[in-house]
Amino acid sequence: MKKLLFQKQWGWRTSGIGLGIIFVLAVAIIKPIGVSTQFVILDGAIWNIFSNEIIVENSDTKSGYSSPNAYLNKSGGKYAKNAANLFNYSFIFVVAMVLGGFIANRLTPTKGGNEDLFAPPVWRNQFGASPFKRYFAVFLGGILALIGARLAGGCTSGHMMSGMMQTSLSGYLFAAGAFAAAVPVAILMYRKGK
Amino acid sequence: MNIFIAVILGSLFGFIMHKAGATNPQIIINMLRLKNLHLMKAILLGIGISNLALFLLLATGVVDPLHVSVKSSYVGVIIGGVLLGIGWAISGFCPGTGVIAIGSGRKDALPFILGGLVGAFIYMLVYEKLVGSILLDKLGGKTTLAVTGNENFPALFPDVPGIVVAGIIAIVFIIIAWMLPEGDNA
Repeated sequence: MKKLLFQKQWGWRTSGIGLGIIFVLAVAIIKPIGVSTQFVILDGAIWNIFSNEIIVENSDTKSGYSSPNAYLNKSGGKYAKNAANLFNYSFIFVVAMVLGGFIANRLTPTKGGNEDLFAPPVWRNQFGASPFKRYFAVFLGGILALIGARLAGGCTSGHMMSGMMQTSLSGYLFAAGAFAAAVPVAILMYRKGK
Repeated sequence: MNIFIAVILGSLFGFIMHKAGATNPQIIINMLRLKNLHLMKAILLGIGISNLALFLLLATGVVDPLHVSVKSSYVGVIIGGVLLGIGWAISGFCPGTGVIAIGSGRKDALPFILGGLVGAFIYMLVYEKLVGSILLDKLGGKTTLAVTGNENFPALFPDVPGIVVAGIIAIVFIIIAWMLPEGDNA
């Protein structure tokens, strides 16, 4: 047990068993794990601060909320409702993930090699040590990843892990698309390696 | 109560993903370059184990089939997967690992999350125009391979018990996980 808590990185068997357990636990107790929807929920909540009209209470819809934005209004205003009330299961789950990462890192903090926290070695070998270049690329990567995840209706957690666990056809289609693009891009982009 | 469960399960998920190395872009990028398949083996094993466990729990009635939640298959699932794959390869993060990496102290996680919020916002703005386009055209709907016992989700093999189909898939995943070479760290 102690070893599991303080080992910097688990072997692939321990990691795989851990991942298997948490994905089943989530669906057994509440529902499958998903992350990318919460980016929309946080966007909606921020938009709601600046506008009085973007999320309105509406007793005619299934959720009791509606929005002039077609996406927030989708499925009976489900997203609008969650954006208006961030204290809900799915959003708190994602916030708690930050806590999990914090605790895991606290038990075995990264020593030295602080520049690795700005950009991984494979990036620095190819594109140099400037953090800003890395931040810009990562920002663009984030834009693409979330447009993609929202178009697909889920990300690596929701589609690939939770989806394939339930033998969903959509999980397999998503994984095929993601790896078919990610592998050649990574190989071409990081030719120098390390 | 649900909020309390969310805190426990969310933290546990973040903890396990970090320990598995999934929050480290170096490990992700080298997995995608097919140079170090350590994480790939873990993911395949994780899918295999959860596949088997979930369908065992469904078959024995421990898990309510109503907890199963299958996403729809449509053209955008593949195109979206491609876009996510490009962003994943460039950054070394996917939406979940980017969130966890904020907690684990990576400096490059914040620009990823900010980009993610911008990307999700762009999608919110264009969604209305996509409705009715080929991108949202059905390509199988909410189908599973194995019978889940939830009537909302039709199975591709309706006459075979779910645990048999899921069990075969699980065994294939676990065997592949075992056989893949771990690779070096380069």
